[in-house]
Amino acid sequence: MNRKQQKMLVRILLSAGLLLIVNLIPLPVWLQCPFFAGAYFIIGYDVLRKAVLGIGNGRFLDENFLMAVATLGAIALAILQKSFEFNEAVAVMLFYQIGELFQGIAVGKSRRSIASLMDIRPDHANVERDGVLIQMDPEEVPVGSDIVVQPGERIPLDGYILEGTSAIDTAALTGESLPRDVFPGSELISGCINLTGLLKVRTLREYGDSTVARILDLVENSASNKSRSENFISKFSRIYTPVVVLGALMLAVLPPLAAIATNRDPLWSIWIYRALTFLVISCPCALVVSIPLSFFAGIGGASRKGILIKGSNYLETLSNVKTVVFDKTGTITQGVFEVQGIHHSSLSEEDLIEYATLAESASSHPISQSLKRTYGHEPDRSRVSDIQELSGRGILATVDGKHVAAGNDRLMSELGIEFIPCRSAGTIVHIAIDGVYSGHILISDMEKNNVQAAMEALKKTGVTRIVMLTGDSESAARQTAERVGIREYRSGLLPGDKVAAVEMLLKESGQRQKLAFAGDGINDAPVLTLADVGIAMGALGSDAAIEAADVVLMDDDPVKISLSIAIARKCLRIVYENIAFALLIKFGCLLLGALGIAGMWAAVFADVGVMVLAVLNAMRALRVPGHS
Amino acid sequence: MKKSYKIEVDCANCANLMEQAAGRVPGVKSCSVNFMALKMNVEFEDGADPARVMKSVLKECRKVEPDCEIEF
Repeated sequence: MNRKQQKMLVRILLSAGLLLIVNLIPLPVWLQCPFFAGAYFIIGYDVLRKAVLGIGNGRFLDENFLMAVATLGAIALAILQKSFEFNEAVAVMLFYQIGELFQGIAVGKSRRSIASLMDIRPDHANVERDGVLIQMDPEEVPVGSDIVVQPGERIPLDGYILEGTSAIDTAALTGESLPRDVFPGSELISGCINLTGLLKVRTLREYGDSTVARILDLVENSASNKSRSENFISKFSRIYTPVVVLGALMLAVLPPLAAIATNRDPLWSIWIYRALTFLVISCPCALVVSIPLSFFAGIGGASRKGILIKGSNYLETLSNVKTVVFDKTGTITQGVFEVQGIHHSSLSEEDLIEYATLAESASSHPISQSLKRTYGHEPDRSRVSDIQELSGRGILATVDGKHVAAGNDRLMSELGIEFIPCRSAGTIVHIAIDGVYSGHILISDMEKNNVQAAMEALKKTGVTRIVMLTGDSESAARQTAERVGIREYRSGLLPGDKVAAVEMLLKESGQRQKLAFAGDGINDAPVLTLADVGIAMGALGSDAAIEAADVVLMDDDPVKISLSIAIARKCLRIVYENIAFALLIKFGCLLLGALGIAGMWAAVFADVGVMVLAVLNAMRALRVPGHS
Repeated sequence: MKKSYKIEVDCANCANLMEQAAGRVPGVKSCSVNFMALKMNVEFEDGADPARVMKSVLKECRKVEPDCEIEF
């Protein structure tokens, strides 16, 4: 409880105490009045003050104004009827304030518990200066500083290890509970916890650009993208109050007038009392608070599993995902290419690899990286000239004065060179030297070991269509798709074709059924933006992907995609439950109030009760489905 | 230009009202209030002076919720 809440608690106790005294000790009416007045003003003075301020600003539909009218009206009725029964007016104000207090405490508590999930902010960095360790604010540490991270400490800045080995707990960022072993040369991500050994680290980024700052920024700004449900509720609350107030006015005036017209007793006080009951129910707060709370909890729960969702609108879209499109590399496969075989080579295998590596030496493509690894040492670039990279086909280059062509089937066909196609799945690099076919190198990417399980889980969450996009040949794509259990694929795609393929799929999937695209964030920023929901996997290192994606998976586990859909479904279910429940109770109370069955007491109880239950229900969104 | 401010407000509906009130202030292009994170994200119109605009934003917000606070 903060100070404001403590003060309110004291006021509630004082007011309730005074109310008890009047009701327990038999006092003459003229002596009761000061007690009632005391209790009423202690508990309600701020409401009355705000009501007056509201009138000054022309706000007649302000909840404080309505609460003031309802209670003062009840007091006036009691005086007019000479019953001097002020219990109701004081109690309504009292319960209204108890409700507000409870709401404040509950929201504050959930806010803290959600915030603590995201508590990955490092508080200091131990910087080494001339052999002495100084504690500094991570924001003040320049790039390239040497810092020391002790066991149990949070890694304050991104960097790589100079000395020491240890195990790193990445759970706060990735949801992965197994510690990761690190050694000199390993890159460290800020926000993780160093578990066992002392590490000397050279920083690679400033705090503002480091992983931890970027993630916090992303999470804190996630709420600026509001969902349709939130917009619905805030629009609804805008019309709800005026409509209820109008209803109250009509209830106060019309039935008595009708009674007068038919020569019956108008029963003014009864109808005015019922109208005042309407005013008590007119505050939309219970309805309004639980919706953003549910979304906030859903996003918080997901972030604990290493799933960052950039806004509640994406949570909403995720829950309607029926089509998931995968970019094969990095999502279904590990994105690590290895040379698997050399076939039909007319040269020695070493020579073929050497020509291929040299030709590809200027490329940063994963293929050239894997060639380099097999080659074993840095290629001598001075032997290569006239490099020409043909996107989606391969490379032409002059190596030691010979014209080398290294690339796929299409490149060979274009050059008019007869080649031997490969039956194995993977990327094929055909090599032709001076126009003569010299064999091919098979490079393939390892599938992740839990892909099948991930696809099964996706189907179980209700995804009806899974499509794989790949630049591989038809036969290689079919083999991969069959192995992992995907029925649809688009093969032989150049990088630019992916956009067109996803555009087609978007058209086919229709309005209500949403399409998610999952990529590893390398070269697929346009597609991530294009899809209804762009999911970037294993994106911790890639700024472009974090920028372009709507959902960021901190690690590259494909099962997280179905998990995020499941989280979204659960969260939206809770949102709808809360909307339906709150509306039902509100309208139920209005009806019973109009009929005179429910009085002010019942109205204020129902109002507070709905809010409490809605808040408790919203907190369920924190728990991730299928995980304890 | 976009800026984010810490706010203090007690009820969710008041946060909605603040969002509407702030959105109407001249110089504010769009405004979004996050009740859960207690943050107000304001996008200013080109050439607007954030400090001056925020003063009137606070004034307008106080009209709908006298107890609210915005740190700027």
